[in-house]
This record gives sequence, structure tokens and C-alpha cells, in this order.
Amino acid sequence: MNQLMRFSRLHGDSKVAPFVAILVLVTLLASMGNLLMPQDSIFYVSTYTITLLGKYLCYAMLALAVDVIWGYCGILSLGHGAFFALGGYAMGMYLMRQIGDRGVYGNPDLPDFMVFLNWSELPWFWQGMDQFWFAMIMVLLVPGILAYVFGWLAFRSRVTGVYLSIMTQALTYALMLAFFRNEMGFGGNNGLTDFKDIVGFDLQADTTRVTLFAITALLLAVILVVSHKILQSRTGKVIVAIRDGESRARFIGYRTERFKVWLFVYSALIAGIAGALYVPQVGIINPGEFSPLNSIEMVIWVAVGGRGTLIGAIVGALLVNYAKTKFTAIMPDGWLFALGALFVFVTLYLPQGLMGLYKNIMDKRCGGSSGDKPNDDEPALKGGDA
Amino acid sequence: MRRLLAILCCYVVASMVSVQANEPVAAINDNNVTPTVPASTEITQTEADTVSVEGLLVTLTKVKLSKALPVLKQLEKVGGAQILPMFESMLAGDLYFVKSSKEVVAVTKVNGEITAQAILTQQSLGQLDSSLVKKIRVNNKLRGYLRQAIARLQISNSDPAIRLDAVKALLKNLSDETVATLTSVRPNEGDEDVLSMIDLALALNQSNSAIAHERLAAVKVLADSLENEARNKLTKLADNDSDAKVKAAASKALKSINQRIEFYGFIDQLFFGLSLGSVLLLAAIGLAITFGVMGVINMAHGEMIMLGAYTTYVVQLMMPNAIEYSLWVAIPMAFLVSGLVGVLIERGVIRHLHGRPLETLLATFGISLILQQLVRTVFSPLNRQVASPEWISGSLEINPILSLTLNRLYILAFALLVFGLLLIVLRKTSLGLNVRAVSQNRDMAKAMGIKTDWVDAMTFGLGSGIAGIAGVALSQLTNVGPNLGQAYIIDSFMVVVFGGVGNLWGTLVAAFSLGIANKFLEPVTGAVLASIIVLVFIILFIQKRPKGLFPQKGRAAE
Repeated sequence: MNQLMRFSRLHGDSKVAPFVAILVLVTLLASMGNLLMPQDSIFYVSTYTITLLGKYLCYAMLALAVDVIWGYCGILSLGHGAFFALGGYAMGMYLMRQIGDRGVYGNPDLPDFMVFLNWSELPWFWQGMDQFWFAMIMVLLVPGILAYVFGWLAFRSRVTGVYLSIMTQALTYALMLAFFRNEMGFGGNNGLTDFKDIVGFDLQADTTRVTLFAITALLLAVILVVSHKILQSRTGKVIVAIRDGESRARFIGYRTERFKVWLFVYSALIAGIAGALYVPQVGIINPGEFSPLNSIEMVIWVAVGGRGTLIGAIVGALLVNYAKTKFTAIMPDGWLFALGALFVFVTLYLPQGLMGLYKNIMDKRCGGSSGDKPNDDEPALKGGDA
Repeated sequence: MRRLLAILCCYVVASMVSVQANEPVAAINDNNVTPTVPASTEITQTEADTVSVEGLLVTLTKVKLSKALPVLKQLEKVGGAQILPMFESMLAGDLYFVKSSKEVVAVTKVNGEITAQAILTQQSLGQLDSSLVKKIRVNNKLRGYLRQAIARLQISNSDPAIRLDAVKALLKNLSDETVATLTSVRPNEGDEDVLSMIDLALALNQSNSAIAHERLAAVKVLADSLENEARNKLTKLADNDSDAKVKAAASKALKSINQRIEFYGFIDQLFFGLSLGSVLLLAAIGLAITFGVMGVINMAHGEMIMLGAYTTYVVQLMMPNAIEYSLWVAIPMAFLVSGLVGVLIERGVIRHLHGRPLETLLATFGISLILQQLVRTVFSPLNRQVASPEWISGSLEINPILSLTLNRLYILAFALLVFGLLLIVLRKTSLGLNVRAVSQNRDMAKAMGIKTDWVDAMTFGLGSGIAGIAGVALSQLTNVGPNLGQAYIIDSFMVVVFGGVGNLWGTLVAAFSLGIANKFLEPVTGAVLASIIVLVFIILFIQKRPKGLFPQKGRAAE
């Protein structure tokens, strides 16, 4: 709206440092509260809460992934759940192999569901998944390659806007159908569950839980800072330029599709990591994670927080999921009403999300000069959508 | 005058044929009871006979289960067509007798209350206490015999369709009695279909003959038939007949039969593909209009379909006694309900998001969540059963292999009708003119004085209304539940994208080609993999032709 605002829009918001500080502080306090405080102390943080927080942080990471491409490049992906779930499945396969002969059927090599299906040996894509390093490479590689292939196909032929959104939705839908099949070798309907331990540590232990939570928080902070740096760099400026006027950016001489593909891959990697962290904390991964509804919910987290602001995405994810937890506990039927209303309300009245609202309020307080060109940033947004 | 005479002649001939058809039965009847026995007084006249129907019935109540078969055989011989209802209720297990009088009755149970009916006179005996009656037991052997006997008795029915079914039922087990009956009715049979079916039955019997050339002749008859029994028989003959000639003829006949079966299998798949295509077409044309004209992705489109289906359900609840006509009420009602909701959505939400398609997508998705949950709250999350009227259920049997279910056939026709009507609305009415103008160039249309706001609302209403109609059609095919719309929304998007936005003909072609492709892939790959392959194909197709099969040309495309 004013010069400062426009500057900050172009460069992404610059206030990540305080947020990272808060994140680290909360993580430290919560971890200490769980491990050091006695159970009856008021400062005690239950393991349930720790797991819940860890889950929220995974969602926040996922929201960050969506925001990077939607908020900064105008690519609305309705299929980010696919990358999230693929990362999760890669981790799930590792955890499954770690069960070893402690499964119901006691088969040292085959996971229970394969024994149940009368399979005699591991399928080729399960080979090597018992190695942690290999599984972690897969967590990155599988979503990354899928994103690269899909993005390369889509952006090269200049599929944009709603078409792209529908295509991504179809992608995750197709994957969901595929993973529901028993013959795929991913546990079918039930998915992968009953995990025992991760790199030798018991998954049920408090220390493991806290460690996982701390790792999630740390990675979120790292990814936040890295994303912030990328988007502030020259590359980041080109990306924002593509959002606001792809044809112009192309005419200036940038290979816009390359920027888009690599940003898409980067975003998919973040989603994959989020999925991999999510699975050991929640303890299950099943094809339901691929459902289009999940993917579209991620978008609303970002919309609520404010797209085009990295912190907004994180805040949105935390808030909406907290509301979801509370809501489903109080009145389970009401949640979908609330979520639906949230979609409508945010798109109609809060196009900039909570961060936009916050900025508007701050601007007004700082001085009335913002009123002179009220619709200044509208065209930029529209350009991103078209 | 001559015409009248001709009609009279026809009538006389027809009645003669039917009399002839009844004759053999009359011959078997050795007590001269007319088929409709009005009162029991007449029966008393025949009681003098040693084997009367009544006597046999009384015997039936006394004999053991294992001894019942001869009694039934005699009943068939003596009773003729008159005994048919008794056999039918015995087969259904509804045959009882009154303990005191040994009178045999057919019983209908409603909520534990027993209503009895005298078996011969069809006279109602009113409600009886269940302790007064005893069931006449049946076992599988008796059931098998009863089925045969019923078919033998029905062979002399005046309705050719019943006769045909009767002969078909007899094919399964050709006893000597059956063959005798068939041979006796054959000369008097007037209906061609029944005649050829009887010939088939006789040929089946003949194929067991010891004489080789008789078997050869039988094979020739069997070769023309697609009935399962004929095929089994031919397979047997082709494998182990002693005569080489018969063997060769049988295997040749078998080959041609298999070819025909393959062909009809192909037709069957094609029909299912067309049927799926018609469903996709119905679901997608509404979307094609809103997306094509307004550039608006309506994620709540599936819920409009769902609302239409629930409207059908509610209409049927409101008129439980007129299910036959309920669809005629449901179609306009569904159009109105979904259309109104559509207009409301357009006025309340989409209007404010003009020019921001991605946000429209999100907002309409929110609306779809709300509508789904609303339906879940009002109607419960369980699936609801929508009744099909009599005229829409059943199937059109073309031959033993190919039968087309009527509801799918009707929906196919209905989809094409709706498509045609929509084309007319868009081409010939002033609303259509306005809609096309707005879709081609919104600003110019506005400059020419078209109320684009109003056109938008009407377009959205029209598209949603058609989705509602699609819901009525879908309610005849699947269960009606809150997730009904979701199942079709992605597929309909695929159809619209594949066909090219803003082109109704493209939607038509895309819907049918996707439907057929899906159904032909299914047997090879399985249902789930088939839909995945189709999805992947479309994703790849969009790479090549981002604007679909039939892209809009000219400036309007930009």
C-alpha cells in the first residue's frame, strides 16, 4: 500500500528472525517441561501434547511448502498431500522394516500385511528400505522426482491457473486410488502402522518423542530461513515476477518454466520431509493422506495465515489445526461446517490472511498515509492468479 | 368395412389358436372342472372319482416328505392348469393345511399375522391363528420337480412370454415327461420364439439319441442357439462323441457360437461404456457451462448433483403411493432446487470473487464442504435407497448373452435429451444468445447492454440445475449418500478439460470416449487401475493440447 509495504511484498517479509527465536524457545521449554518436570507439576507438558505439537509443526512445514509455490509463484497446487504422503510412506517403509520379527506373524523380512497376502519375498521397491540413510534419500528422491516430472510436463506446456490446480488434484486422486490397492505392496487400505522403533530408539519412549518434536522444530526453522534466503535472492525476485506477470518475465528473457519447475521440486521436497517427520510421531500412514480433501485443507491453512508471507503460512497451519483439534473434540459434526465457512470467509473478506490484516492494522496505526491508493496491491494479486 | 372384417378374422383366428393351445391340458384333465372354480359345491360333484384333486390334496397332508413326489405327479396329471397356483405357493413354501379340516391353504404372512386362502378356489379364508395350520414341507428334490411341473403347466398359458420362460426353465432338465409335453404342444404353438425354443429343447433331447445322423441333425439346430445348455451340450459332443462327423460338426458349431458370444460381449462392454459416458455427460455439461461461460471452477458442482439425488429421495418420501410417477416430479424439482442453490451461491459468493479464479475455487470448495455436512446432518451420513419405478427397472433381453438393463438405457437416452435441450437453449433462446455473448467477450457484451450480472446468475443456475437433473439420473443407478457428488467431480472436470472448455460438443465426445475407454480397460486392468490409466492419459494429453480436444478458436479463446 505504501512504499514500505510494496518493498516488503517484493522481498518477502523480513521478520523471520524473531519468529525463529520464538519457535526455538517454545520447543526448548516444552521439551524441558516434558522431560525434567515431575508429572504433577503445573509446568509438566504431557507426551500427548508434545506429539500434538510435533504434528502441528509438520503441518506448518507442509503449509510452508504450499506457500512457497502459491504465495510467491502463483502456482496453486491442490496435490501437495501427494508429496507429503510419499515422504511419509518412505519413512513408513523404513519403520516397517525395523519391526523385523516382532510382527504378528514373526517373519523377519516381510511386513505383516505381505505375509497376510501370502507374498513370499519383498518387492523390489522395498529393498534397501531397512537402511536409515537409504530411506532418508528416498524421502527426498521420490517426491522430488515426481514433482520434477509433473512440473516439467506441466510448466513446459504452460499449463497454468485452474487447469494446473485440477491436474494436481487429479494426480493425488490417482495416487490415492493406487495406494488403496493391496497389490501395490504398500499395505492397501490399512497403510503402514504398528511401528516399534526408529534407528534403535523406542518410538513410544518420551525421550524419542521429544527428540522427534525437537528435530521437527529445528528443521522447520532451517527450512524457514533457507526459504526466506532463496526468496530474497535474485532468484526469489524472478519468482515473484513470474507470479505477477509471467509473460513479461518471459519476454525479459527468463526461462520461467525452469524457475517454476525447480521451485515446485523444492516445495515438494519440503512436503516430503514434513511427511517423513509426521509418520513416526503419528504412528500411521495410510492412503487417506492422499485424499484431495487433505491437500485442499493445506491451502486454506496458508490462506488463513496469509499467502506470500512465510510466517503467515506457519501461523495459519498452527491456528487452523488447533481449532480443528478443539472443534472435533467439542462437536465433531461442526468441524466441516466451520472449515467450509472458513474457506468462504477467508476468500471473501481476508484475501491477505491474518498477516495482511495485521499489516493493515499496523499501517493504520503508523500513520494514515496508506489510504491514498487503497487498491494498489490488487492487480499484482490478480496477475498471479490469471 | 373391409378393415373391420379383417380385424374380425384376426380375432377369430387368434381365439382359435388360444383354444388349441389349451386343448392338451383339457385332454389331461380327466375331471371336468373349469379352470376357474367358482365355488366348492362344484367340486363335490367330482368327489366320486377315486383320484380327485381334493383326495390327492388330503393325501398330500398325510404322506411323509419322502413319499410326496408321486402324489405331486398325480396332482399334476389330474389337476392340470388348475393346480398351478398350488404348485407355485408350495415352491415358495407358503403352502399350509388347516389341522382340523385338512384343507390345503396358501398363506401370506404379514407381521406375524396369517392370512389364508383356499388353494383351489382362491377364496380368502381371512386371518387364522398360526397354531391352527401346519406347513406342508418341501425339500430340494420336490422343489426341482415343482419348477419343472410349473413350467410344463405354463407351456399352455395364453401369454407367449410366459410360455417362452416356461420352455427355457425346462431346458435345464429334460425328463421324459417334459419331452412328451413339449412334443404334444409343438404343433399348436403359434409364437415363433416359443416354437424355436421348443425345437431347441427337442434337439437337446435328440442329441442324446443313439443314432448318429439324428445327433447330427440335433447339432445343426443347436448351432443356432446361444443358450447355455446348447453350448454345454455341444462342448460335450465335440469332446467325446463316438461319431467323427458329429464331433466335427459340433466343434464347428461351437466355434461360431463362441465368435457370436465374443461379439455380443463386445456390444455389452460398449453399452456399459456408453452408459458410464452418459452419466459423465450429465455430470459434466453443467460444469462445462459454468466453467466455459464464466471461467469459474465450481467445486460445489458435485454437491449440486447430490442435492438433485436427495431431492428425488424426498419426492419419493412425499408420494410413497406414486413411485411410478415420482421421477416426473423429481426432475423439475431437482432442477429447481439445485438451480436455486446455484443462483444463491453465485449471488452470495462467486460474484464478489470475479476475476480471481483460484479464490473462487477455494470458496466453492468451502461451500461444497458445508453442503455435504448439511446433508449429513439432515439425512444422516448413511446411504439412502431411492426406489426405481417399475418401468425403469428390468432389462431388455436381446438374446441369452446380451441383455441391456433398462435403467441404463433410459439414462443414456435421457442424457442425450438433456444435451439436445441444452443445445437448443443456448442456440435458439435469447438467454442462450446472451450467454454466448458474455462468454465470448464480457466487456463488449456489457457495452451492448446485456446485464452480465443477471446472465452470470442465470448461467450458474442453469448449470447447477442440470447437475440436479444428473442427480436424479444417478439416484437410479447408485445409492444416494453425502459423498455422491465427490465421486463424480474429478471425473467431470477431466471430461470438461479433455473436451475443451466452452464447447458442448467437445464435452459430449469427451464424456463418451472416456466412458468407453474406462469400460474397455476395466476387464484388462481392473477398475481402479483403469481409472488411474485414464487420469494419467488425460494429464499427458493436456501437455499436448492444453485447450482440450476442441479448443475455442478466435479471440474468444484468449
